[in-house]
Amino acid sequence: MGNEFYTLHDFMLFTKGAVYYLMGVIVLSILGFWLYITARDEDNLIQ
Amino acid sequence: MSTLKTENLKQYLTPFNIVVGIILLLGGFVTILRFTKGLGAVTNLTDNYPWGLWISFDLLCGVALAAGGYTTSAACYVFGLKRFHSAVRPAILTAFLGYALVVFALHYDVGRPWRLPYPFFVQSGPTSVLFEVGLCVFLYLITLFIEWVPSALEWLGIRKPRDIIVKATLALTIFGVVLSTMHQSSLGALFLIAPSKMHPLWYSSYIPLFFFVSSIAAGLSMVIFESTLSHHYMHDKMDETYLKEHDGVTYGFAKGAAMVLVLYFFIKVVGLTLDNNWSYLLTGYGAWYLLELLGFVALPAFLYAIAVREKKLTLIRWTAVLTVLGIVLNRFNVSLVAFNWHLPPEMRYFPRWHEFVVSIFVVTIGLLVFRFIASRMPIFYEHPDFKEHEARELEEHELKPHPQTWGH
Amino acid sequence: MQRRTFLGLLGAAGIGAAVTKTAQAASVQHFEGYPDSYGVLFDATRCIGCRSCEAGCNQINGLPAPHKPFDDLSVLAKKRRTDAKTFTVVNRFDQIPGVAGAVFRKDQCQHCLEPACASACFVAAFTKTPQGAVIWDESVCVGCRYCMIACPFEIPTYEYNEPLTPRVMKCHMCHPHITSGKATVPGCVGACPTEALVYGKRTDLLAIARQRFAAFPDRYVNHIYGEREMGGTNWLYISGVPFRYIGLREDLGVTPAPELTSGALAAVPIISAAWPVLLTGIYAINKRRDKIAAEEKKQAVKEALAKAQAKAKEELDKALAKAEAEKKSAIEREVKKALEEAAKAQAEADKGQTEEGE
Repeated sequence: MGNEFYTLHDFMLFTKGAVYYLMGVIVLSILGFWLYITARDEDNLIQ
Repeated sequence: MSTLKTENLKQYLTPFNIVVGIILLLGGFVTILRFTKGLGAVTNLTDNYPWGLWISFDLLCGVALAAGGYTTSAACYVFGLKRFHSAVRPAILTAFLGYALVVFALHYDVGRPWRLPYPFFVQSGPTSVLFEVGLCVFLYLITLFIEWVPSALEWLGIRKPRDIIVKATLALTIFGVVLSTMHQSSLGALFLIAPSKMHPLWYSSYIPLFFFVSSIAAGLSMVIFESTLSHHYMHDKMDETYLKEHDGVTYGFAKGAAMVLVLYFFIKVVGLTLDNNWSYLLTGYGAWYLLELLGFVALPAFLYAIAVREKKLTLIRWTAVLTVLGIVLNRFNVSLVAFNWHLPPEMRYFPRWHEFVVSIFVVTIGLLVFRFIASRMPIFYEHPDFKEHEARELEEHELKPHPQTWGH
Repeated sequence: MQRRTFLGLLGAAGIGAAVTKTAQAASVQHFEGYPDSYGVLFDATRCIGCRSCEAGCNQINGLPAPHKPFDDLSVLAKKRRTDAKTFTVVNRFDQIPGVAGAVFRKDQCQHCLEPACASACFVAAFTKTPQGAVIWDESVCVGCRYCMIACPFEIPTYEYNEPLTPRVMKCHMCHPHITSGKATVPGCVGACPTEALVYGKRTDLLAIARQRFAAFPDRYVNHIYGEREMGGTNWLYISGVPFRYIGLREDLGVTPAPELTSGALAAVPIISAAWPVLLTGIYAINKRRDKIAAEEKKQAVKEALAKAQAKAKEELDKALAKAEAEKKSAIEREVKKALEEAAKAQAEADKGQTEEGE
């Protein structure tokens, strides 16, 4: 941990912010992964 | 010439239009007052009570009661309850309008409404629960809009983009459930930061869970309640499938709501036990709390159960109303009654009439827009050219495009 | 004035050294706040309720003149709170058990080490400065007033009568004035005639408070309000009467505000990851169930059809066979009959011939 945080608030501002970006990545990755898994099913329509 | 005019005028002077007209006029008046004189001129908000009726009703209740959108679409598309299919579109439309109105009403409440996108585009405060609520409401409003767009496209006869969106139904539904879970619970979590200002009976570390679970009951009950109203006023717009499935949907949702209410009841009791708040039940606040818990959670759970067993549709409908009122009562209790309970009575808040006017104004706009859309677009019926659940028909259509179809 | 910032009398013992570094344990983050941050120590035993601090604050911040001048002490009859035009107020507390006269307390932003307002702000408009003050940035504030909900000390106020540019107003410990060099101590501290207020490093203030406790053990309640309340504040109070009698809540606890919501916020990303997986799974199970049901139905229909066809064929064959057999026997019968008739005719012809021959 290179950054030195003096307050819990600053620390959370940093970590929670990072987690929000991560959440976007997570949701999109899971979607992509599911599409990859089901790509060769005969009925792969997402419906 | 003048007689013709008065006749025209008379034609429009139905009681409904008169009431709506008065509400719109008053709403416009208070709107002008709000944006020229400030919140002080139209609200009873104080430095101790920064949040009043507009947050309690328009935001907290509005979002909870718009939960029908995600519960219905999840039941139909994720949990595979296909018989709820005809209930999805009205629920999505209601949810979309509900959220749009929540955001609209927030423009009255916040100081600088044009800055509402600031948390996402200028400077973020991710430590705030409100940031989470704002982000989810913002994204969910977009999601609901996309989910609603097919109705409009079918109305206009535009096929291609509509088919793309319909193919993404599952992804949109799941995304909607994720966002709803997050912000429904976070609306409760907003109050976690103020333990010293909340009455212990309503403050719990479980409060996000309480809000989320009760939003499911609220959503299911709102679908029952709205479908009753729609049945009454928009019967001619409904197709055979809708009418045929209607009773089944009502029974199914009543069963679901009963189970969720029982869950809600028990986790409330668990919260009470974990925080050792039983002794508060003997106070005045305790009586009020018991009224909420027994009269508006336990009672509707039982009434739903009886109504489902005895196949009593009327009882289900009244129980839906009771449940919705119970959720409204809970949101008011958390945000107004339990909040600042330590203050002396003369410092407590009661809304000014202007605040009621704006809340009624917002609901009225919602009703008008709903009526406008539902009486034109395929909401209560399936568009004959876009029938879905018989795949054969879809294939046929792809072979011979509809004359109105553009871009083929 | 110099006197109040002069804190050489302290050995600045142990405490100072201990709080300087961010202690980072293996799993649990622990934060001690900015080292060398400044604060104010308020001593209720010295306050005489003269409202000079209110006047000093009003003047240095250029706030609008109050309804009643600052030397009018009749306003003390009623408990007041901060408002959009007043960053600090002094309140009088009477009828305290065991105390003959009144006790006064000044109220303003406590400048928490972990400010609830900052934690609650969704545009991060509040900053905890390394110097100790909690300041607010007008350029991003949306005016949602969640900071006012969050503050356990009921400090931030709002310009309710501003239609389009309402500001959140609160004490900033004269941070802008001190950094710009306009003042060396906060306006209220500079105006106090009785040294009820001391401005200095928080660590030093804690030491001063303890020294006073040691020097006059009978005069004070042995507790520094703000040392640990809500995770600690830069504004500290010492008093001769329990703090609840001078309008300070003793039930706030020591949990810093950000910790109150960090658990709920930590659940959010889990939902974003778990729900899509769980719901897609439920969907896939349902879809598979439907597919199997559909296939079984198709199979059953096929089988039933085949069975029906087989049965029909069998019956047809039987009918055909029967018809064949009947046809055969009919032919046989006909042939037999014809033969019989032929034989009969033959016999008769033979008979006639015989008769003729006789």
